[in-house]
Amino acid sequence: MTRRAPVLFALVAVGVLFAYPFWWLLSASLKDRSHVFDNALLPSPVNPQNYTEVWRAVPLLAWVGNSVAVGVAAAVAATVSSAVVAFGFARFRFRGRTVLFGLVLATMMLPAAVTMVPVYLEWHAVGLATTQVPLWAGNLFGSAFYVFLLRQFFLGLPAEVFDAARVDGAGPWRQFTSIALPLARPGLIVVFVFELKAAWTDLIRPLIYLREPELYTLPRGLKAVLDRFGQGGEAQWELVMAASVVATVPMILLFLVAQRYFVRGVVTQRVEE
Amino acid sequence: MASAREARAGWLFVLPWVAGFLLLTAGPMLYSLFLSFTHYDLLKPARFAGMSNYREMLQDERAAKALWNTVFFTLLHVPLQIVLALGLASLLRRAGRSAGFFRTVLFLPTMTPPVALAALFLLLLNGQNGAINAMLGWFGFTGPQWTTDPAWIKPGLVLMSLWTAGSTAVLYLAALTRVPGERYEAARLDGASPWRQFWHVTLPGISGTVYFTLIVNTIASLQVFTEAYTMFFGARPSTPAEGDAALFYVIYLFQEAFGSLRMGYASALAWVLFLVIAAITALQVRLSRDYVHYEDRA
Repeated sequence: MTRRAPVLFALVAVGVLFAYPFWWLLSASLKDRSHVFDNALLPSPVNPQNYTEVWRAVPLLAWVGNSVAVGVAAAVAATVSSAVVAFGFARFRFRGRTVLFGLVLATMMLPAAVTMVPVYLEWHAVGLATTQVPLWAGNLFGSAFYVFLLRQFFLGLPAEVFDAARVDGAGPWRQFTSIALPLARPGLIVVFVFELKAAWTDLIRPLIYLREPELYTLPRGLKAVLDRFGQGGEAQWELVMAASVVATVPMILLFLVAQRYFVRGVVTQRVEE
Repeated sequence: MASAREARAGWLFVLPWVAGFLLLTAGPMLYSLFLSFTHYDLLKPARFAGMSNYREMLQDERAAKALWNTVFFTLLHVPLQIVLALGLASLLRRAGRSAGFFRTVLFLPTMTPPVALAALFLLLLNGQNGAINAMLGWFGFTGPQWTTDPAWIKPGLVLMSLWTAGSTAVLYLAALTRVPGERYEAARLDGASPWRQFWHVTLPGISGTVYFTLIVNTIASLQVFTEAYTMFFGARPSTPAEGDAALFYVIYLFQEAFGSLRMGYASALAWVLFLVIAAITALQVRLSRDYVHYEDRA
């Protein structure tokens, strides 16, 4: 196949361009202060102390812990609640179902920035505005995109298994927990990894809600590192790069482990209007 | 014949979403509409202010600047992202067995936390010794001051945003594989060049998906926040020139609400954004009736 050669050549060129920033980041995080900007592919001398130095300067371990806790809470809440709601839409007929599901789809188009202020005021009113709770608790009510996605999974399950279970005396909740959930496992994983990534990478909500540096998630902490050591601060960019690597590597690993679920989620993104 | 028991079970299952819709969407929207007619700083009770917030917006040069910056960014970012993603997807489509590997490489940047991405690109885009200008130098170009020249800050942000085109490309790739192969054969028999095949077979075949990404990416782009905020705002105030060039609408909204505690004015800004986005989406939906073929429904 000689006609494949130009395609592969173009892909290799694009691939190098897309991979280069990662390599640059990793390499810069291991350079010493005077070499951060040298654009050399390999650091020389190699300076792994950047990691211990940033570790000592800021509570990086606490931030990793916060990100894991918030990310898992957000992902579990979104997965469980969206599955419950999606099962309701997929499995039961009730008056108003079509209208209500239309409303679910409509909220997917609603710009989140519009509810930023009033939702903050709600958390302020209940005294939780400076805690980590607002970063995940909103997910307890199901989220439109995940409801849509899981409904597709549930609709794909054969109706006979539910009918058989009903004959055996299984109520709606039993049908959900013992039949629907195990069969829709791939869909649940898609929702879990999507929301884990969304919570892990979010900056705007931690900026709004978190005041104490000990409560910061990694992106909020990384922004503090950048303000202190980068941009007009102490000009220690190698520390900023080391902290950036710490924030990025878990997401790279998550993708390599769960690649097919991410791809499946992206491909299912397209909603039929 | 929905039984009463079935209906009851259905409502119980969807109840969490209904509660969330009232508490976190519909309620807040109405609350913010009310607040937009008040002055409110969290400390004193809200005071009724009539239309004064909206009148102030009409004269607010920073609000106008922020809106213009956002529209400018969106007009560059959305079409370029779609064209690049289409190109990448077409390449992946023809890559044969190596498609999986390259898909991973192109998708990985979308996993990077935007704050890390912004910190990294501050250095890559650096005018004096950044890698991007070094590469432009190989081809004899003198790159601009991407991070300090107000005229080049937004183009720099657009360039950076293209690094995450991979997820759109993966979506297009899925749509491309659904275009029936017979259509390409028919076109080839008619002697259509690859370019004509693209315009007359590929594009009509995936136009529904392209249209979907146009709407979704436009809505997201009009709310652009994290990268520009990370690079040009925060603890250390940016110089006025840089700050104004990167002042996007949601950044301004955020500053007014949580920096100046002007919750009423910020709510007015939010409602105007909502109406702008709704109008643009409605326009796109109208235009699509003439241009989109819906045969590529999943």
